[in-house]
This record gives sequence, structure tokens and C-alpha cells, in this order.
Amino acid sequence: MAMISGDNHGLRLAVRYTVLLLIALIFIFPLVFMVMSSLKPDQQLLVDASSLRAFLPVGDISLNNYLAAFERAPVGLFVFNSVLVTGVTVALSLLICSAAGFAFVFINWKGRGVILSVLLATLIVPFETIAIPMLLMVSKLPWLGMDGLTWGWLNSYHVQIIPFIADGLTIFLFVQYFKDLPGELIEAARVEGASWWQIYRRIVMPLSGPILATAAILKFLAMYNQYLWPLMVTQEEGYRPVMVGLQYFFQLNIAWGEVMAYLSLITLPVLGFYLYLQKAFIASIASTGVKG
Amino acid sequence: MASKFTRSNGTGWLMAGPAVALIAAFVIFPFFFAIALSFTNQRLISPNPTEFTGFANYSQLLGVSALTLDPVRDDTGAVVLKDGAVEYPALRAFTRKNPDYPHLDGMREWFAFDTPFGGDARTFVLARDVVFMKAIVNTFLFVLVVAPVQAGLALCLALLINQRLRGINVFRAIYFMPVVVSIVVVSLLWRLIYDGSSGLLNSLLGALSFGLIPPIDWLGDPSTALGAIIAMSIWQAVGFHMVIWLSGLQTISPTLYEAAAIEGASKWQVFRFITWPGLRNTAVLILIVITMQAFGLFAQIDVMTSGGPLDSTQTIVFQAIDRGYGKQDISGASAISVILFVIVLSISLIQRWLTREKT
Repeated sequence: MAMISGDNHGLRLAVRYTVLLLIALIFIFPLVFMVMSSLKPDQQLLVDASSLRAFLPVGDISLNNYLAAFERAPVGLFVFNSVLVTGVTVALSLLICSAAGFAFVFINWKGRGVILSVLLATLIVPFETIAIPMLLMVSKLPWLGMDGLTWGWLNSYHVQIIPFIADGLTIFLFVQYFKDLPGELIEAARVEGASWWQIYRRIVMPLSGPILATAAILKFLAMYNQYLWPLMVTQEEGYRPVMVGLQYFFQLNIAWGEVMAYLSLITLPVLGFYLYLQKAFIASIASTGVKG
Repeated sequence: MASKFTRSNGTGWLMAGPAVALIAAFVIFPFFFAIALSFTNQRLISPNPTEFTGFANYSQLLGVSALTLDPVRDDTGAVVLKDGAVEYPALRAFTRKNPDYPHLDGMREWFAFDTPFGGDARTFVLARDVVFMKAIVNTFLFVLVVAPVQAGLALCLALLINQRLRGINVFRAIYFMPVVVSIVVVSLLWRLIYDGSSGLLNSLLGALSFGLIPPIDWLGDPSTALGAIIAMSIWQAVGFHMVIWLSGLQTISPTLYEAAAIEGASKWQVFRFITWPGLRNTAVLILIVITMQAFGLFAQIDVMTSGGPLDSTQTIVFQAIDRGYGKQDISGASAISVILFVIVLSISLIQRWLTREKT
């Protein structure tokens, strides 16, 4: 009797793992296909796609597609642009949104309740509904740069950065997190005569590791993967990020090997980063769900 | 904290100010700007001054009319057949400067159906902008399929991942992987998977059915293109909502499950009476988030089909961008944006009302 139930248990476990594994295959196969295809010449890539060879590094394997991709488009420049725009936006967003969250939770000032509710109300405005009027707006804004005063923000880094520094969700996440910090601590520090800046810098920020990681990851994903906005505001090659750079590979006769090489190149670092910080990534998405 | 020590109008404004100013400038202003622009004839670059045009953009986009026509009859009164089908008077006669039908001027046929109880009569539904009408229908189709299917699949995955098994975190990490990949990358990758001649999907279906299923040009056929994009979109985003369900599952107290085990509840009973009620708030949130995201459908369309074939994958946002950016018609695109916002807002209000706490 005991043995039978033991076998049953083993069988159930095997079934569970088989189900989990089959589902895992569904999620992973396009990515394996992408990487393997990036190593094959076009002709072989298309033939292989009709068999299991699509998922194996077999046949004429080389890095030629990667070299060709670099020749077809200024890949290095696109990567540099993406890293710059994403990095600067994430850094500024953490600073400005955490300061705002701090002010909303700890400081007692006139109008904070009303303003916080207005900011949270912006969460229901999808970006797609304001993209077009914003395009017209930024095309007319002034900018004081190295060439003096110029009009119009199109084709620049700042047009890709400034509109995305502050957003309702990031501020909301900071507010939620700060509410759970012991408020007496801050009040005690005030009584002792600490300045607000000292409290922010010395007490609150050192306690905010998890929320800073969450906000940084969410912003990073949103910015690096952005497509619609940079597509509209960067007509000049010099400022284009990686996702818009993809267009160089949409020619009439698509060179799929090069496309796959480019896709792998811009995706694998993010996937590696994700796998390395997997727990933090998942925790950050989960934290957007604790609104209820 | 109402203590006098935490009171400081200056510092409060100073620290919240930058974020408030940025959101005011880049979310709130463009939002009202869109509403204002939608009543004008603004273009991206134009030599002519901008003029107020009232509801012209809206009536151009949303103008719909119906026309019931009797078949063409010959002298004896018999219905004329053309190629075996009943012939109707040409619509062009009504929609091209016909003084008796001024409201139909410039309209095109959207679809037609046999008039109920009307004998041989047929009702033609005309729209001023047939492509936009198709975009609205496609977007609703997309949302109506994606919202329940993606939420349901995500819940199944969350329940599957929420068991105590060795290595379960590895599976969770894999299921979540497509979420961190850009939708643009995913769309391009799936273009090759969906390819009509050498696509992976056709090879797989062919092998599984021993060649019985002929290759399908998934993205090139109007009857499958939207479905293909729906399937891919769910594949990409389901891990995101799995994680949100999972965090909801983990807020349910384990003592409830222990009590149920002692009472001898079946698996279904445990789900029905403990898990599901515990997930109520999560369910509302997920439904609203998926709906909002789904209405924004754009990148997949832009990369995979550009709205084709035969407008079968046109969407509201794709139309807005196509006009506002492609054709530089800012005012028309703004009107589309306002229409989209009104739709999203009413649907999330309806969802909130339907799922409200009944007390």
C-alpha cells in the first residue's frame, strides 16, 4: 500500500514537471530560434525553420551576420543612444519622483492632497492618447543649448528624456513605500533640528533600496523598449535608439540572418540582466499590483 | 503627520515641484491640448492659420448612415439578377452629390445585410470613414479576446507556479522572460514564425498533422492576421499578469487553506471559496490594466502588418499615428485620441461599477 502511494506520488510529480516543462518550451522557443538563426546564413536559416534544426546550432555556424549588421547600420551609435537616454531618464526619474514622494508623505504643505490626487488621476491617461498633441508641442518648444536658443525639440536627446522623467506610477510607488516607513523617525529628526534635505538624504534614501530598485527596473524596461515616441521624434539617424534602428533591416528583401543578429544583440544583454536580477525584476512587477 | 515640525510649505513645493511641473507639462497639458486641437484643422506643418472647425473632425470620423434599397426590377417587375446575385441600384448615385441625399455625400459602403422582414430589400450601412470604423471594430475585437483570455491564462500559470516544487523559480523566470523583451523585437521575430512559406508554425502544424494542414500565410490572410497578432500579444504579456496574480495569491492567509484541508474540501471548492474571493481586488486591477494596455495596440501592427491585409488589422492607435505623424493631420489624430480616451475611460468606469463591492 505504502509503495503504491509512493509510486503515485512519483508519477504525479513527473506529470507536474512535464506540464511545467512543456509550457516553458512555449515561452522559450522563439528566443532560442532567434539566437540560433543569428548564427546561420540566410539560405540555411529559412530551410532550417521547417525542422527542429531551427533550435540547434548546426550547419554553417558563424558570426558573419553580426558583422554584416554592423556594416548595414550604425549599431554602436544606436546602442550608445539607447543606453544614454535610458540611463539618464532612470537616474533623473529616481531623484525627482522620490523627492516628490517624500514631500507628499512626510511634509505637511498646502495643496498636497489635491495635487497628489491629480497626479494619480493621470494614470488613466494612456500615453498613446497624448502622443500626437505632444509631438506638435515639442516641435515648437524652445531649448537653450550649446548653439544658443533654438526652437523645436525634434532630433535631440532631451526630447526622448524630459517627457518621461516624472510619471504617476513611479510617484505612486514611492508614496506607498514611504507610508510604511516609521513616520516618528522623521518627526524625531525634525525635532532634533535636522533639515529636510538631511532627512531625505541620510534617513529615507538609505532605507529605500527595494523601492529604488523597483522604480529603476520599471523605468528601464519602459525606456529601453520604447518605440512609438522615438520613432516620431528622431528623423535623424544620430539620435535614434536601438528599437527605431530596427528599421534599417526592414528592407524589401529582409536579410533575416542580419535581423536575427541585431535582435539578439539588443535583446540578450537585457535578458542576461534580467536573469541575473530575476527576483528583483519579478518583485518590481508584483509591486505594481498591490494597489487593491 | 500634522505636527508643526513637519509643516513646511516651501520645502514641500520645492521637493514635489519638479515632478508636478513635468507631469503638468507632459501629461496634463497635452491631454487638454488634444481636446482643443480636435476642434480645429491643425496640421503639423502648414502655411495656413489654424481655424476652429467645431465637430467637423468627429463627424468626419464617426459619420455613419444607413440606406435601404429595393432591388433593380425590369419592366415586368421581376428582380434583375446579375451573375446570379440580386442587383441593387449603385450606391454611387446616392453618395456623389445627390441633392436629395446631402447627408450621404462622400460616404462609402461599410457593410450590408438583407433587411429583416423587408422582402428583397437590402440595408447598406455607410460610413464617412470606413477604415476608422474597421479600426474601432478590430480594436474592440482585440480587447474582447485578449482581456479575458490573457487574464485567465495568467491565472492558470500563477496557480501552476504557486506550488511547492523544487526548481519552481526557474519555471517562473522562464514564463516571465518574454515580458522583458521589447514588443518590437517580439513582433519581428514572430513575423518569421508566422511566415507563409518557411514559417516555424506552418512546419510544426504540418508535422503534427502529417501534412494534412496546408501552410497558411498567417499575417497575409485577412481572416487570420488579427488572430495571429492576438496570440502573439498574449504570449508576450501573459507573464506580466501571472506575476500580479501570484502576488495576489500570496496575500491569502495559509490558515484558510489549512482549515479547508481539515474540512476535507475538494480542490475546486478550495479555489471557489478561498482562492477566488481572496483574489477579487487583484482580478479587478488585472482586468483594468489589460484593457488599458490592449487599447493601445500599435507596435505589433506597425512592425507586422501596417494595418493590412485589407484593413483587417487596422487599430485606433495605428490610425491616430498614421494620420498625425504619417499624414501630418494633427487635428484628425487628436480627435481619434479623444475618442480613444472616452472609450477607455467609459470602459474602466463600467468595469469598476460591475466589480464594485456589493454591500
